[in-house]
Amino acid sequence: MKTLEEIHKIREEKRKELDLRVNTKADTREKHILVCHGTGCTSSKSPEILENFRKILKEKNIENVRVIMTGCFGLCAKGPIVIIRPEDTFYSNVTPEDCEEIIQTHIVEGKIVERLLCKDIDGTIVNRLDDLNFYKKQKRIALKNCGVINPECIDEYIAFDGYRALERVLREMTPEEVIETIKASGLRGRGGAGFPTGKKWEITKGYQADQKYVVCNADEGDPGAFMDRSILEGDPHSVLESMMIAGYAIGAIKGFIYVRAEYPIAVKRFQKAIDQAREYGILGKNIFGTNFEFDVEVRLGAGAFVCGEETALLESIEGKRGQPRVKPPYPAESGLWGKPTLINNVETFANITRIILNGAEWYSSIGTETSKGTKVFALGGNVNNIGLVEVPMGTTLREIVFDIGGGIPNGRQFKAAQTGGPSGGCIPVEHLDTPIDYESLKTIGSMMGSGGLIVMDDTKCMVCLAKFYLEFTVSESCGKCTPCRIGTKRMLEILEKLCNGEGSEFDIYRLEKLAVNIQKASICGLGQSAPNPVSSTLKYFREEFRQHAIEKECKTLECKALSKITIDPEKCKGCGLCQKHCPVNAIEGEAREKRVINQDKCIKCGTCLTNCPFHAIGN
Amino acid sequence: MEENLVNLTIDGVKVTTKKGTTILEAAKEAGIDIPTLCFLKDINEVGDCRMCIVEVEGRRGFATSCIQTVEEGMVVHTHTPNVLEARHVILDLIISNHAKDCLTCTRSGNCELQALAVKFNVLDVEFPGEMTKHKIDDLSPSIVRDFNKCILCRRCVAACKNVQKIGAIDCINRGFESCISTVGDHSLNDVNCTNCGQCIEACPTGALHEKETIQDVWVKLKDPDAYVVVQTAPAVRVALGEEFGMPIGTNVTGKMVTALKRLGFDKVFDTNTGADFTIMEEAHEFVERFKENDHLPMITSCSPGWVKYIEMNYPELLPHLSTCKSPHQMFGALVKTYFAKREGIDPNKIYMVSVMPCIAKKFERQRAEMKNEGLYDVDNVITTRELSRMIKQANIEFEQLEDSTFDNPMGEATGAAAIFGTTGGVMEAALRTAQDILTGQDLEKIDFEQVRGGEGIKRATVNIGGKDIKVVAASGLANAQKIMEEIKSGKADYQFVEIMACPGGCIMGGGQPIKSSKIRREVDVRKLRADALYSIDEKSTIRKSHENPILKQIYAEYLEAPGSYRAHKLLHTHYVERPKYKIMEEQKG
Amino acid sequence: MEEEKKVCQCGCNGRDEFLDKLCEEYKPIKDNLIQMLNEVQEHYGYVPIKAQEVLSEYLKVPMAEIYGVVTFYSRFTLKPKGKYNIAVCLGTACYVKGSQKIMDRLKERLKIEPGETTKDGMFSIEETRCVGACGLAPVFTVNGEVYGKATVQKLDQVLNALSGKEE
Repeated sequence: MKTLEEIHKIREEKRKELDLRVNTKADTREKHILVCHGTGCTSSKSPEILENFRKILKEKNIENVRVIMTGCFGLCAKGPIVIIRPEDTFYSNVTPEDCEEIIQTHIVEGKIVERLLCKDIDGTIVNRLDDLNFYKKQKRIALKNCGVINPECIDEYIAFDGYRALERVLREMTPEEVIETIKASGLRGRGGAGFPTGKKWEITKGYQADQKYVVCNADEGDPGAFMDRSILEGDPHSVLESMMIAGYAIGAIKGFIYVRAEYPIAVKRFQKAIDQAREYGILGKNIFGTNFEFDVEVRLGAGAFVCGEETALLESIEGKRGQPRVKPPYPAESGLWGKPTLINNVETFANITRIILNGAEWYSSIGTETSKGTKVFALGGNVNNIGLVEVPMGTTLREIVFDIGGGIPNGRQFKAAQTGGPSGGCIPVEHLDTPIDYESLKTIGSMMGSGGLIVMDDTKCMVCLAKFYLEFTVSESCGKCTPCRIGTKRMLEILEKLCNGEGSEFDIYRLEKLAVNIQKASICGLGQSAPNPVSSTLKYFREEFRQHAIEKECKTLECKALSKITIDPEKCKGCGLCQKHCPVNAIEGEAREKRVINQDKCIKCGTCLTNCPFHAIGN
Repeated sequence: MEENLVNLTIDGVKVTTKKGTTILEAAKEAGIDIPTLCFLKDINEVGDCRMCIVEVEGRRGFATSCIQTVEEGMVVHTHTPNVLEARHVILDLIISNHAKDCLTCTRSGNCELQALAVKFNVLDVEFPGEMTKHKIDDLSPSIVRDFNKCILCRRCVAACKNVQKIGAIDCINRGFESCISTVGDHSLNDVNCTNCGQCIEACPTGALHEKETIQDVWVKLKDPDAYVVVQTAPAVRVALGEEFGMPIGTNVTGKMVTALKRLGFDKVFDTNTGADFTIMEEAHEFVERFKENDHLPMITSCSPGWVKYIEMNYPELLPHLSTCKSPHQMFGALVKTYFAKREGIDPNKIYMVSVMPCIAKKFERQRAEMKNEGLYDVDNVITTRELSRMIKQANIEFEQLEDSTFDNPMGEATGAAAIFGTTGGVMEAALRTAQDILTGQDLEKIDFEQVRGGEGIKRATVNIGGKDIKVVAASGLANAQKIMEEIKSGKADYQFVEIMACPGGCIMGGGQPIKSSKIRREVDVRKLRADALYSIDEKSTIRKSHENPILKQIYAEYLEAPGSYRAHKLLHTHYVERPKYKIMEEQKG
Repeated sequence: MEEEKKVCQCGCNGRDEFLDKLCEEYKPIKDNLIQMLNEVQEHYGYVPIKAQEVLSEYLKVPMAEIYGVVTFYSRFTLKPKGKYNIAVCLGTACYVKGSQKIMDRLKERLKIEPGETTKDGMFSIEETRCVGACGLAPVFTVNGEVYGKATVQKLDQVLNALSGKEE
């Protein structure tokens, strides 16, 4: 147990000690080596790197240097990432073997290890993280502490204003004032649908009951999205603190966080955060000397995408199959065990403490008219800078893909970006300048979703992409209601037909009819949005569907039954490289003669394409 | 405006209704019908199938009319082109994954899916595709599960899990692969199923039906060597008519007897006579136990679903169960002994058929204890539904039949026996006899109103000869569970307990005519059938079992007295502790 | 009737130390079902029918319902996994980078489908949705260890190494 005074003291002392984390001119002789311990970097041996640093420092008897694990820095493609503070030198693709050199050259000799510096897309060598184009257009609010603090140390969190928002709320604000602040900030739910957060709190507060609950939805299931995981891994206390603030505002004393069991690191760190907060008396009874009490329990998901839907999540917490309930009644009225329940997702919560501390006005000054603040995206797919980005609402897709993401690799063309995962849609090149906010994305047939943003280049077949998402939905449909259970399966079957060259124009009509009716008639958000990937690709890439259905042609290599690889006799120089690499001997022709592909043998693997030095092979 | 009233508009009709009313009910009040499929009033209100969707102005997507309630000022449209198209697509999708062998389906003509297909003019499946395939489970003596006809409405699951609190079946797997099955996809025969058959009554299609055994009856009826005897349970006569379009609760005893005779049975007897024997034996057993304070409360044992339930779930309470066999078993045993001897018929040649409202009786008749001298008391149990099929097969125009009466010498029964078919009836019949035994008088007060009615649990204190007897009648296994927990925890001070596995008693048994969701929503089927039984009782000249002259005769000629050695041998049984699941062996090796 | 006595035949006397401890740890309320199943899955590598029976008795939940829960969540499996469980990420980021090819190769090499285990009990394969290492896409994992920037060649190397280790 710590008294409020003791916590204040920790904050003051620790903040001084950690000034070098955020201040390149910090007056200190210490150095901190920060090693990213997000899932991506952990997979690439960052724990080993951390150990190596510590070992070498000990061997060399170097003092005043600390090695610290942190959450995700964001630029996962360049991982494992190591940053040295206060000078803020940024090393990428570090291996455990590099540790010796970093310590000798950087720490001991005070020189930069040039070969480990990051090369930006334009070729410039970058010394500091903030100098990367990747970071220039970003604004970190939800991710503020990610990569700055050690997520497993409550003192470091406290040092950077941790639990100050809670203190202010409990000691200076009424629940009504808290709700007014959140409402005024304009914050909307970051789980996808964008319901105004303050309003949700207000509604939940409005229902009288002997027991209410706060639930944090951390069942991030969009394939290709890892924002929530990074926040939980990098800054778990901020989510915990915000849940408590929510509890105070709506009149709940019990919270649950529902996390995917597939996120072991996030689970571990959040549990640790709970334990530390309990130890400090921040969770429990009489918090900060007030009569407010709160406690939080971790509940593990067991692998069902649909449990990201709020009512399915509630069913799952209750120990049942994650089958959504019909709404209304909404959880605010009848949630966990029939009690009023507030459900927000991780990223939404991550914004709360900042809003309380910096004020609603500050928050609402960021973003667009209807969408305030920032949004975190997990940028992936055919883009150079894969990673986690946080941008102000209203940033255009072009800025994200080209300025931050560094454009499309391998000299290919941008074809589409997909937001909102299996519930969202594809955005074609003509909408690249759409500002990212809830309404704009909806208007062009996609949705904000939880923040997955996958870029596709021109080698991707849109019919196949739609099929990919439908495969996902079919395997993740809970099976409760007819349209989703059978309807999505039928859509998938039609898409399979199209990809196999067995479709007809009538199938496109049938797809559309199913899409419309599944959208309207399904019980939950999963079913209602399941046809979106099909509807949006049909909207923007109708010609491609038509080609599959009528001309039985796929311009990419993805639909094996429909694609055809040919050698342009004009360009072929007869080098025979293609023939040498073909795994099935489908390429015919004598030495130094122009080659021809035997279509009966060709398996459309594309090996010849990549091996032709003269770009003579195409599809 | 009153606080509890809500005003709304449905299809342009202004409706004022109570707060909490569903849109579906409110529409009905306005004379507007909305189609449903997964909905089963009070049992399955989940909104899964999506047939009942309607448009509500200002709401995104469709509303689920079967569960969502009315709101002030709501404007509802039940059949806009959008709604109609969506319903059509949904129905099409359901049918696309449904075995379409309607011609050879037991539910043809009484299938809710078929009725909707006709209504929606589904002439072709617009969205055909892969169908989920499952093997048929017909290992249970009572229930056949054919998942190929299942539409995943989950009405059966609700009946089993919520109404009966058994949970033998549930939804397993996910998405398109979802299906209704048991743990490990085992046969119903190997899990905690009690054979009550409420799942069948809930099923809108042919996915669940009784294990039909009428073929064996036809074979025996053709066999000149076989002496085929039939008996019919009390509840059958007030429901059979429904299968021929007669109003629910019509008493068709006379027509039924005529039909059975036309079908060629050698003798047509009345299980009610057996019920009178049960009362005699049970009332005497009760009086003995009451005097000795031996294992009280005594619990009735005539519902075989209930008996299996207690054997599986409360084996420690088995000594409380009356040792009496159920009426048709008693009756079968007497036919193959007393009657055979009297008529000079070789008991081996007698083929005893019971027509029952129950499918658990199909299980009961096979129990090892239900044998005497190597012969089963009863050789075949068919349900009310199966009998109706036999009558139809024989091309008998049931509605046109003249009445006739049961055969003698075992065709006479009392009013007490008739009410066996409804919850509280056994209790009431037993009390009529017990009070006469205990007081040594012929008491006139024979109506025990406290144990009548449709409530699941009916408690009463009856004063007999100055002594208070606390009794309770419970129907439905969820209610049975409550009473058992009371007894187990020592909180109960009952002396006599009547339990029926099916909610409402035998008249609502798993072998009775299946009523559509719509009928069950609009009519109290239980009450209509029960009223018919009470009316039979009221019109009977003899209303106490111990006054049945046939009983007197048979006790005098053959059985000596209730509880005698011979009575015990023929009319009583014993019970066994039963594992709930027979699936654990797999773990070996 | 032959089924009368209830005796577990596996020689465990009907109890299991792990399950006993598990039941001590959790209150007998239904809400705990998924939490307990997660622990069972972790401990045994699958959810044995025995564990389902114990939980059914302890939590007063019918076995069919427990089975319904087990078969609903993809993390729970009814059969033991192989000594090496290989999971290929089919999340979007990995899919776009060609993880399907990795999965196809895996199926071809091991001659089993996702969710199955090879006859010798060595390998099992499964599809997984985003392990969160999108920066390394495409990825597969072997017993949880992530292999990033995967290619068919890299998979072959790993498989050969694992098979070689056993010989």
